[in-house]
Amino acid sequence: MATATSSEETLFNDDERKHKKLLEAISSMGGRKRKKQSERSEASVQVSEFFVNAEGTGEKVNISDLLGTVEKTSGASNKTKKQLRNLQNSKGTLALPLNKQQTEKIQRGIAYEKTTKENQKAEQIVFPLNQESSGPKQVEQVVAGWKAQTPLEQEIFRLLHSNSQPVNDPVLTPVEEASLKAMSLEEAKIRRAELQKTRALQSYYEAKAKREKNIKSKKYHKIQKKGKRKEFLKQFEEMVKTNPEGALEELKKMELSRMEERMSLKHQNSGKWAKSKAIMAKYDDSARKAMQEQLQMNKDLTQKIVVPSDDEHESNEEGLETVPDFVNDPEPIIDPVNPWMRGQLTHEEPEVSCVTTDEPQTAEQENEEEELIGEFERKRKLRQADEEDLIPTEEQKPESEVVEEDVVEVSDKEEEEDEEEEDVSEFNTLFRFMRSEKTLEEDEEGLLNEGQIRVRNIEDLEVLAEDVDPQPIAAPSLPQTAVGEATSEPPNKKKSEIDLKEVLTKDAKVVQVPFLPTVDHDEQISIIKEAFAGDDVISDFIKDKRKQEAAGKPKVVDLTLPGWGEWGGVGLKPSRWKRKRFRIKMASSPPRQDRKLPDTIISENRNTSIASHQVSQLPFPFQNTAQFESCIRTPIGQTWNTQGVVKKMTKPKVITKLGAIIEPMVKEDFINKTTTSAGKGPAIMLGENKRANKGREWSSAKHQGRRGSQKRKKQQT
Amino acid sequence: HQSAYESDNIKVLCRNPDDYVRETTRDIQRVPRNYDPTLHPFEVPREYTRALNATKLERVFAKPFVASLDGHRDGISCITKHAKSLSTVISGACDGEVKLWNLPRQECLRTVQAHEGFVRGICSRFCGTSFFTVGDDKTIKQWNLEAPGYGVREEPINTILGKAVFTGIDHHQRESTFVTCGQTVDIWDEQRSSPIRSFSWGVDSFSCVRYNPVETELLASCASDRSIVLYDTRESAPLRKVIMQLRSNTLCWNPMEAYYFTCANEDYNLYTYDIRHLDVPVTVHMDHVSAVLDVDYSPTGREFVSASFDKTIRIFPKDKGHSREVYHTKRMQHVICVRWSADNKYVLSGSDEMNIRLWKANASEKLGLLSTREKAAAHYNKKLIEKFQHHPQVRRIARHRHLPGDILKQKREQREMKEARRRREQNVRKHSKPGSVPLLTEKEKHVAAVVE
Repeated sequence: MATATSSEETLFNDDERKHKKLLEAISSMGGRKRKKQSERSEASVQVSEFFVNAEGTGEKVNISDLLGTVEKTSGASNKTKKQLRNLQNSKGTLALPLNKQQTEKIQRGIAYEKTTKENQKAEQIVFPLNQESSGPKQVEQVVAGWKAQTPLEQEIFRLLHSNSQPVNDPVLTPVEEASLKAMSLEEAKIRRAELQKTRALQSYYEAKAKREKNIKSKKYHKIQKKGKRKEFLKQFEEMVKTNPEGALEELKKMELSRMEERMSLKHQNSGKWAKSKAIMAKYDDSARKAMQEQLQMNKDLTQKIVVPSDDEHESNEEGLETVPDFVNDPEPIIDPVNPWMRGQLTHEEPEVSCVTTDEPQTAEQENEEEELIGEFERKRKLRQADEEDLIPTEEQKPESEVVEEDVVEVSDKEEEEDEEEEDVSEFNTLFRFMRSEKTLEEDEEGLLNEGQIRVRNIEDLEVLAEDVDPQPIAAPSLPQTAVGEATSEPPNKKKSEIDLKEVLTKDAKVVQVPFLPTVDHDEQISIIKEAFAGDDVISDFIKDKRKQEAAGKPKVVDLTLPGWGEWGGVGLKPSRWKRKRFRIKMASSPPRQDRKLPDTIISENRNTSIASHQVSQLPFPFQNTAQFESCIRTPIGQTWNTQGVVKKMTKPKVITKLGAIIEPMVKEDFINKTTTSAGKGPAIMLGENKRANKGREWSSAKHQGRRGSQKRKKQQT
Repeated sequence: HQSAYESDNIKVLCRNPDDYVRETTRDIQRVPRNYDPTLHPFEVPREYTRALNATKLERVFAKPFVASLDGHRDGISCITKHAKSLSTVISGACDGEVKLWNLPRQECLRTVQAHEGFVRGICSRFCGTSFFTVGDDKTIKQWNLEAPGYGVREEPINTILGKAVFTGIDHHQRESTFVTCGQTVDIWDEQRSSPIRSFSWGVDSFSCVRYNPVETELLASCASDRSIVLYDTRESAPLRKVIMQLRSNTLCWNPMEAYYFTCANEDYNLYTYDIRHLDVPVTVHMDHVSAVLDVDYSPTGREFVSASFDKTIRIFPKDKGHSREVYHTKRMQHVICVRWSADNKYVLSGSDEMNIRLWKANASEKLGLLSTREKAAAHYNKKLIEKFQHHPQVRRIARHRHLPGDILKQKREQREMKEARRRREQNVRKHSKPGSVPLLTEKEKHVAAVVE
């Protein structure tokens, strides 16, 4: 039994042991497996955060753990070892890096600034020519469409690919490496340097942002504020010149701060601090100084800002509008008998000289042609001046008189003045509003007149002209009537309030007829005599003129009604008092323009058919009417100019070559253009190759050669 | 005898033959001319009459429509120019078909069934040997521009399968990289099947991306969150983002001024931006009466053409707020894409009703070779019109355009609405504290924010 039991026991023990072993084996196997799972066996681009082993959490990693071996290695320099030791000794923890959003923002900011700056450079400065990299290119780029087929080739490619990525470059982040990959080798080198710089900048900005965020010192902020103020004052000076609107806004802000200062007791030395200082001031110099500073601050802040006025401008404008004296001079009469004999084109010397002195002679003209044109221009001007002579402008009332009258008026009617003032100001604002509306319309210069009328031929265009009634007909008629009022009736309003300059646009010019070249003097006389043998033309003309003058004079309006207030009937005349009372004399019209010209009738009626063809307002790019008129006056056609000049004047802004592709600008192109633009070449040549340019040069050279030969021939003859 | 005559003092009228003899027989006859201004009076009125006549003739000869290319079986979704040949254009339709056209012969050269669903974008390679298409089937395909031989199937050279739908594509000017947009903006190397870079800013999809043709590292894209985003391929992050009031559909860089681009917006306007000052557009171009769908610059960089949902094309000078020209025909429906030809002479438009139309860029320009005198006359007339452009009659005739009734009606309506809005704003300003309702210019109204 005992043996049996012992044998049973031994059996049992054996089983237990085996079981334990098995469990151990299993447990050991399981443990190993788990450990294996936490390892990453393959390199992947993206590392999942769920895959990372979290074994060592809670334990602190010391620098000595990481860099303990450095001490022992002989390769590391003493300096680095020393630095490491210093690092080990320092107790402070490193600050957390900025969050991702903020870092990205800083990165973008730096990148944007750089890119735009480069572009600004492109506007002016010459770029390095030929940016083609001469370095090695990627194999794929050189042999496009070729694939590695044999195992050897595949092996080589694999090697190349694996080596193309720099393995240990601690300077660059993976993102930056990706951007580097998109470039060639040489560019990449430059870029790497740039990126390093960018990173340095970035870390600097980050550090700065962090530092500033943490500062709590009031003094620091005070100093900061002061510095900003100083800077602002510096900028403000420039701002006044460059950006007046912004300056005005700033000015308003300053005004506001001034108001606040005036309201508050902040710098008035009335606070607790100030009182304590006041006690100390007797004995302490610094306290006194502090108080004075406060008062100074108050003074500075409450000082009124002075804005320069625009008076000078107005006086200048008035000066411009006065008319030269010779315009009003009566025309010298050459032939007292015959008014038709005045059409003389030849002029006396002095007049010519006076005109030429007006315009400074341009330096010696090299070309004969140009000289000729210059002469024509002078003649043309002379003729125009002549025409202007014909029309003496109306006499202007001296302004001082008007002002005096005004003063009297004001003293008489002081009660009405206020109402009037209001009216006038309303009128002014209304008028300004109207004008602004008009200018708004004018701003839409490029606006197409879109309608449902189709234009197929010239007749349609004529119909169009009738359909759309031209707006300016009514508008230009305004000035003349306005002038009449202004000069005829004594002004009963303050002159300074309605500014006539705003109300009155410029008078439309009367179309003037230049004289035709006349035939010989005696011959003309005989011809005229023969032609008008029968009739007395001169007296007819004078009569005609009188009639016109009479028609233009204001008529007396008779408002008398018979039978009112007295007896009426046949043969009865209204009494004198009644006539006196109800016959109203209208104010006399302004003096006629031809009153001093016995042989001329100048019609003062507006011709509406001409008005529809006239420009009513000064178009945008022109500064004054003189500019615009001179632009219109210069003819550009072949009738008035030589061929070369016409060609020059009608040169189009853009020339394209037929059937040539215009490539987008390349940087080299741009550089060439900037260098050539210094010379004369307003027209842009697009899509033209160099050969064409050469051809042009050649032809012009030929042209000059021909001209030269002509000159030579002339000299020979 | 002769000697006797010679000795006599005989006076003979004599002229220098240089004054009246032409040098070669090919020259035109010399006509002596006296330019004395007294002999040619009335220069201004005479030139004015000429200018008026020139303006009238310009309008009479304004026949911009050249040809219509039909053959597509669905609306045209995109057009692109051949990089090297003026006579070839490539168009993609909404049924996935791509067609190559010969313009002078006005015929289709080749038809390729490129994608399933829309063809979203086409671009041709700078060398003119192949072109790329992207479609709704999430693929980028590269095709040979030369037709395959007889009996050979049309197969793309290269196909890249993407993860999401691509909505636009553009190729680099000189290098073998291209950019696509969709969920992200990706930059691809032609030899690789995965993008070498990809940019994203937020979680938005993009509708259009374009390389800057001059500063070739710059990119701009229109996102569906109403923003326009700028990128630099050399940088690791996008540069800047402008958020506008409404979405921009497409944009186009000025090929001659590297820092300007124009975007076509849903709010019926186009905006030209300077990338150096993104907070306010340089110019607001308004005239369309419906969403603007596409825009393309002329190769000279002076003007651009825009296509709109309102069935018209308009041509704008780059610095003017209003259009100088409007093109429309009875049968043209919503214009989806538009391109300006590389020789600055023509404009191509693709519209909903399956036709591509060819227009002259200058409506009254005479086509073909011109003789020197014709050219001179044209230049003179142009200059005259320019000189007298401010005169009311000239201006009225030069500006007159025919517009279909419904568009005109819409235009009037919108003008009224705008006026009402303005009046309302004015009233609000009048009845609120001075300074509390700021006076905004038209330019400032449309930009919501600039994000760094």
